[in-house]
Amino acid sequence: MGGLPLATTQTADWLVFVVASVIVLAGGLGVVLSRNPVHAALFLVQTLFGVAVLFVAQQAHFLAAVQVIVYAGAIVVLFLFVIMLLGVDSEEHLRHEPLRGQRPTAVLIGLIGLAEIIGLARTHWVTGVHAVGGAADGPGANVEKLGRSLFSTYLLAFEVTSALLVIAVVGAVVLTRRPLLDGSDLSATVDDGTAGDGTAGDGSAGDGTGGDGTAVSGRTS
Amino acid sequence: MLHAAWIIPALPLAGFTLLVLVGRKLGDPLAGWLATVVMGGSFVATLVTFLGLRAHSAGNRTFIQLLWNWVPVAGFKIDAALQVDPLSITMALFITGVGTLIHLYAIGYMRGDERFARFFVYLNLFAFSMLMLVLGDNFVLSFLGWEGVGTCSYLLISFWFERERAASAGKKAFVTNRVGDWGFMMGTFLIFSHFGSLTYTDVLTKASVSAHVGRDTATWICLALFLGACGKSAQLPLYVWLPDAMEGPTPVSALIHAATMVTGGVYLLCRVSPLLSVAPGAATTVAWVGAVTALFAATIACAQDDIKRVLAYSTISQLGYMFLAVGSGAYTAGLFHMVTHAFFKALLFLCAGSVIHGLHDQQDMKHMGALRKWMPITFATFLIGWVAISGIPPFAGFWSKDDILAAAWHKSWGLWLIGFVTAGLTAYYMSRQVALVWFGKARWGETTQAGHGATAHEEPTAPGGAGHEEGHGATPHESPLVMWLPLVVLAALSVVGGVINLPWHPANFLERWLDPVVGPYSAASVSTGFKLFSAIATTALCVLGIGAGLRVWGRSPEHATLEPAVLRNAWYVDPTYARIIERPGLLLSNFSAFVIDRQVIDGAVNGVGVAVRGSGRQLRRLQTGYVRNYALGIAAGTVVILAYVAFRAS
Amino acid sequence: MSVPAPWFLTVAAVLFTIGAVGLLVRRNVLVMFMCVELMLNAVNLTFVTFARALNDTGGQSLVFFVMVVAAAEVVVGLGIIVTIFRRRPSSTADDLHALRG
Repeated sequence: MGGLPLATTQTADWLVFVVASVIVLAGGLGVVLSRNPVHAALFLVQTLFGVAVLFVAQQAHFLAAVQVIVYAGAIVVLFLFVIMLLGVDSEEHLRHEPLRGQRPTAVLIGLIGLAEIIGLARTHWVTGVHAVGGAADGPGANVEKLGRSLFSTYLLAFEVTSALLVIAVVGAVVLTRRPLLDGSDLSATVDDGTAGDGTAGDGSAGDGTGGDGTAVSGRTS
Repeated sequence: MLHAAWIIPALPLAGFTLLVLVGRKLGDPLAGWLATVVMGGSFVATLVTFLGLRAHSAGNRTFIQLLWNWVPVAGFKIDAALQVDPLSITMALFITGVGTLIHLYAIGYMRGDERFARFFVYLNLFAFSMLMLVLGDNFVLSFLGWEGVGTCSYLLISFWFERERAASAGKKAFVTNRVGDWGFMMGTFLIFSHFGSLTYTDVLTKASVSAHVGRDTATWICLALFLGACGKSAQLPLYVWLPDAMEGPTPVSALIHAATMVTGGVYLLCRVSPLLSVAPGAATTVAWVGAVTALFAATIACAQDDIKRVLAYSTISQLGYMFLAVGSGAYTAGLFHMVTHAFFKALLFLCAGSVIHGLHDQQDMKHMGALRKWMPITFATFLIGWVAISGIPPFAGFWSKDDILAAAWHKSWGLWLIGFVTAGLTAYYMSRQVALVWFGKARWGETTQAGHGATAHEEPTAPGGAGHEEGHGATPHESPLVMWLPLVVLAALSVVGGVINLPWHPANFLERWLDPVVGPYSAASVSTGFKLFSAIATTALCVLGIGAGLRVWGRSPEHATLEPAVLRNAWYVDPTYARIIERPGLLLSNFSAFVIDRQVIDGAVNGVGVAVRGSGRQLRRLQTGYVRNYALGIAAGTVVILAYVAFRAS
Repeated sequence: MSVPAPWFLTVAAVLFTIGAVGLLVRRNVLVMFMCVELMLNAVNLTFVTFARALNDTGGQSLVFFVMVVAAAEVVVGLGIIVTIFRRRPSSTADDLHALRG
């Protein structure tokens, strides 16, 4: 970084940190406290952006980019799709808590956990173990260093994660498929009896008739 | 000829086995004949063995026949062996002889009973056990027989077990006997620990050397064995089962409770005479207990209405005489009285059975009377038995009782006095019985109700016994041949039985015969002068007693003042036992059953179940089904782990 | 960056706690899922902080993997949610309590 005086750089750093932190924490509180799930999703986006800023502040440029693209750009969009699918007007009654003691206990546990983690954060945790993935600072772009680390030290993990992605895609397809008429689908276990459109809606999972007498070959629209 | 000894117990055992297997098929009366023939064979074998023993010289008359090694453990060898000596052969002779006669009688008495064959099964088993008792050569084998006769006594007393009184009497007999058996066992244990062996020859030869066993040990042993004898031979305080045992069929009363089983105790004490002679304290106890029992039972017999109960108490009384003799050191006199008593008491019981049979199960003497016209044979034989027991010369009872009284005088004048008075009472109550049953007015047509109060009664609905339908006011009849023949034989024996031991040489066969076994331990005999005086005095008293009994009771059967309640109820001994023994026992068992077992133990066991269920029910509340609760649990666990890490990190 | 690492860690800790409490308190399934995302982000922040503080790109690589896995998880998770709650207009996590003891 260039010729700005050290004090200014420090102030700038602190300012960035504080603002970003506020954004992050406000977004988090917003997620937890909003009644409308769409609002919650938007607050989540806010948090993700704030975190991305914090990533940048810590010289993890590539991760900041990935954060915005993948998290805010794909995952939250996915959330919104599902919210739309399942009913955007499903609002929760936030005042009333049916489970006894859940709220106070949760808050208490949260506070205790926070105290512990902060206590841990302040302790001395440098172990002197050599860096495994290569130095993070020094000359060269962050992307290059990260790439080098990924494709040499963590290659196996990398390949496994790609397999994981494939599995996730297949899983998503299988899970959300419209049910076949021979009832071999998970969604047939929904106990209100209806198995989705395309069937006669008799509810039983075991028979193979279409209810209106048409033979169904097992592939639905 | 001595080798025939094993046949003596083997035949009844074979009879028992055969009858168990095919008795039901043989049925009435074949099963009975089989049993009787077997007993007769045993009697013949006993005779043969007796003759074989006589062939040996006097000092040479102990013979052990080893059957097999039973317990070959080092330091504790018990053999199944028979000891043939004068004492055991004498016992075996009258056991098998009288036993055969009673088996014969029972064929007629039990006719028509639905469990006819089983009766003889038990009888033969009893005979076997009794023979093992007297023929065994060690304490264990005798104890086997001892227990066997106790068991058979129980089985036979409660033969008609559908009747509650019979079942209860059997149980009472067994339990009371058991108390005595404990004494026998203690004595045996003491003997073994002191002498290291249990065979009679070993123990008794050592015991006669008085340096070998201390007086105290010998006293304890003898007292323990005497306790067993009290149970088996119905002396104070364990006599209570014998009157109730009259619930059993009359042949049982005759065989077991008059002639054989109850003499087991006397046999035992005679057998250990060497020990008894070095334990004078024990001997004195035996004598006094016997005397007091004799008097006690005689008083009760004066006020009983049931024909069999009179005879039961009479048995207890006569057994008391035998113990008096044994305790006074006059073993021969005691055994002599045992033999003669077997004759006339069995006779009296069988006659009573004949009367009961003839009157269709009537047992209350107040409802009998003037039977001499209808049952002549029974009448005649009963009279003979009556005179014998009353001690009138020259019948058998006179000689034996006299010997005992003489020996008692030698021991203590108090004992003689008790014996003297009891003899008078014996004559009196037996005469009362004769008057009520055979003379006077015929009272058996008046009522057919069951008897009063304390009388034991074979109810008209009894499943066995006479085999007739109850006839209201039907005339009594004499018994069949198979029943009166034994009566006649026993009567003859009661008449002449005295000759086996007349008190002058050389007619004192029994005394000389038994000398090798009990002679050295017997007390010195009394002067003939005193014997004569005692004999005359006793006879005079007995004649008085007979006169009184006949006169008073021949006139009328109702004399309430002569039958006070305390005597009718046997000095209230049974209720007293109930109070001091049964009640605490019942309290203890109720406490154990209902408090300890039900509350404490069941409570603990059930409590475990309840605790498990309760804790399960509480733990179940964790499973709410709500994911958020489970997540809370996970969070809480994480916090705990973090706390631990933070603690370690600091 | 002159802000010392513990500050970043504190922010991450607070964010994590907010996400955890939100998960325990909210009943709407989707919002609960979003709280999970909050927690994951907090963790990511922690990793990056440590990567900087310990001068090790391993931390950043791990964040990469976390993001990938988070994505896959969201995909499958939302698929399941769709499958279960398709026909229920106002369903919450509390409606699935059939496994109560």
